[in-house]
Amino acid sequence: MASKPRTLYEKIWDAHVVERRDDGTCLIYIDRHLVHEVTSPQAFEALRVSGRKVRRPDLTLAVPDHNLPTTARRDAAGQRIPISDPESAQQLAALERNAPEFGIRLIGDADAEQGIVHVVGPEQGFSLPGATIVCGDSHTACHGGLGALAFGIGTSEVEHVLATQTLLLKQSKTMEVRVEGQLGPGVTAKDVVLHICGVLGAAGGTGYVIEYTGSVIRDLSIEGRLTVSNMAIEHGARAGLIAPDEKTFAYVQGRPYAPKDADWDKAVAWWTSLATDPGAVYDKVVTIDAADIAPTVTWGTSPEDTVAITGTVPDPASFADPSKQEAARKSLDYMGLTPGQRMQDVEVQNVFIGSCTNSRIEDLRAAAAVLKGRTKAPNVKWAIVVPGSGLVKRQAEAEGLDKVFTQAGFEWREPGCSACLGMNPDKVPAGERCASTSNRNFVGRQGPGARTHLVSPAMAAAAAVTGKLADVRELA
Amino acid sequence: MEAVRQVDGRAIPFGAKNVDTDVIIPAHWLKTITREGLGRGAFETLRKDPDNLFDSAEYAGSPILIAGDNFGCGSSREHAAWALLDLGIKAVIAPSFSDIFSGNAFKNGILTVVLPQDQVDRLLEVAKTDPVHIDLENQVVTTPFQDRFEFEIDPFRKHCLLNGLDEVGLTLARDTAISTYEQEARATLPWLAKGVETA
Repeated sequence: MASKPRTLYEKIWDAHVVERRDDGTCLIYIDRHLVHEVTSPQAFEALRVSGRKVRRPDLTLAVPDHNLPTTARRDAAGQRIPISDPESAQQLAALERNAPEFGIRLIGDADAEQGIVHVVGPEQGFSLPGATIVCGDSHTACHGGLGALAFGIGTSEVEHVLATQTLLLKQSKTMEVRVEGQLGPGVTAKDVVLHICGVLGAAGGTGYVIEYTGSVIRDLSIEGRLTVSNMAIEHGARAGLIAPDEKTFAYVQGRPYAPKDADWDKAVAWWTSLATDPGAVYDKVVTIDAADIAPTVTWGTSPEDTVAITGTVPDPASFADPSKQEAARKSLDYMGLTPGQRMQDVEVQNVFIGSCTNSRIEDLRAAAAVLKGRTKAPNVKWAIVVPGSGLVKRQAEAEGLDKVFTQAGFEWREPGCSACLGMNPDKVPAGERCASTSNRNFVGRQGPGARTHLVSPAMAAAAAVTGKLADVRELA
Repeated sequence: MEAVRQVDGRAIPFGAKNVDTDVIIPAHWLKTITREGLGRGAFETLRKDPDNLFDSAEYAGSPILIAGDNFGCGSSREHAAWALLDLGIKAVIAPSFSDIFSGNAFKNGILTVVLPQDQVDRLLEVAKTDPVHIDLENQVVTTPFQDRFEFEIDPFRKHCLLNGLDEVGLTLARDTAISTYEQEARATLPWLAKGVETA
């Protein structure tokens, strides 16, 4: 008898059930665990206090990223340049102590492979299709772009995974977000996901795992898919998924930790079998027409506050929900915008190209293509590029992209999370605006009082050149 | 984890929607390597307003926070739960919570109570003058005015909260099942079972 048709999510879930309880809670096996310096110290400390070990150090990889300064980390003699913030230095030191103590491989702060965990995982072949991947960071959803079931966890769960290599979970509902059609010129993966945030709302995906499908998603590169899945959490979904296909396999093959030889053939056969079966039913389906997606920017302090670059700042009174009206009024007050103002008239003083959403080589190429032969506008005081990893940085330099950026007036930095969340010295000054390729425009996210407009890398470059939020299509 | 049976007392009538974890605890407070003392950073930006609810004499030491939809959205930082705990919050009532936040809250013995918006609105009103009572065992929120709002909670979470159980300890006791899974996976998904070289 044929078994019931299943979705991609259900197939990965079923393959990882260690035990199923009567109430439906499952003990789920975790294949890959990424650890960084901010959300792990308390977990390691708890293990130490209770005399517990890490069950599978070989399935765990530690990489510092959140706190690291993006300026040089070693002097000419190869000696560490001390981190000026003592608390940041202490967190890095804790990871450097905890990883060897518990037998975990650490990619160090000055290693060529160091970078943002969500860039490093796929790049190293540590993140694989069909795997369960966790990290103490909500943008872990990123790895879903490879077809991995990946989600962010809190520190208690980090401890739980370190000690048991499992998590106790309830199966989520499934949502299909189908994006069909053809993207217009200047419209990128980032615009697609910002548009989805606008359609679903910041809580629209709460309780769901979202599978992104449709011709637009299939046509995206793997890096584009990582960008889309990265922001699943910004519409409330703990995980996003994109079915692995030939493009995925080509991306994964040959990476340091990717399966090899006979394992490779077995892996590809299994990955191929994971695609959602015809006739499988999602709990919810949302369809989006690619023709409706323009280069997109945010106007408010939630990723759901999106508008086409050709649009205007909305009037809070235009929202049906009274609490949304109130939230919009507060947002506009914080952002210093007035209803009806054209987005293209909004001046920016800062531009940030980086973050786990948009710091891969294709992102840097897209920004550099706009910047080539141009320079930043005089009112743009601070423009930085923070590559997602040392390997991305090296590749960009081999292609001469660093020169394009520096000639355009950008600073070319060392890899890390940087101004996405301002835990290191890279912050946007209070009251100033930043066109940012990151993922969150929350109040104070890029620094106290900072005003963030989320955009694609090409749109960030366009903003740098014009000094305003700008339509990249007009710079072509 | 401390056992939780009831939470009783004044409730902060906060009510805001989409309160993200950067609002609950800004990133610069995340540089700690302990769980303690984060109450000082809780709602830091909002508390710059001298008239904020969190520092008002009226709500000092309140064990309950009442919020709007999608409370705790954004990052996975458990520091948000630790900050609330350090502030003395033992329960949060809202129409909905982000998935990651509610998990983090639960693991720290903070009860998250989901009630429909109209009932939350009523509690926001009551909280201005009177206490709120949450009875986990009977899954009900009551007020001195005969309000009686029943809520749902995952039975496993309820069991752990009522008994103050340590989830890591519970799972470690399932070692045989985990080892059996690993053995089978080594045969069926061998490339996933192979990890990286260790330190």
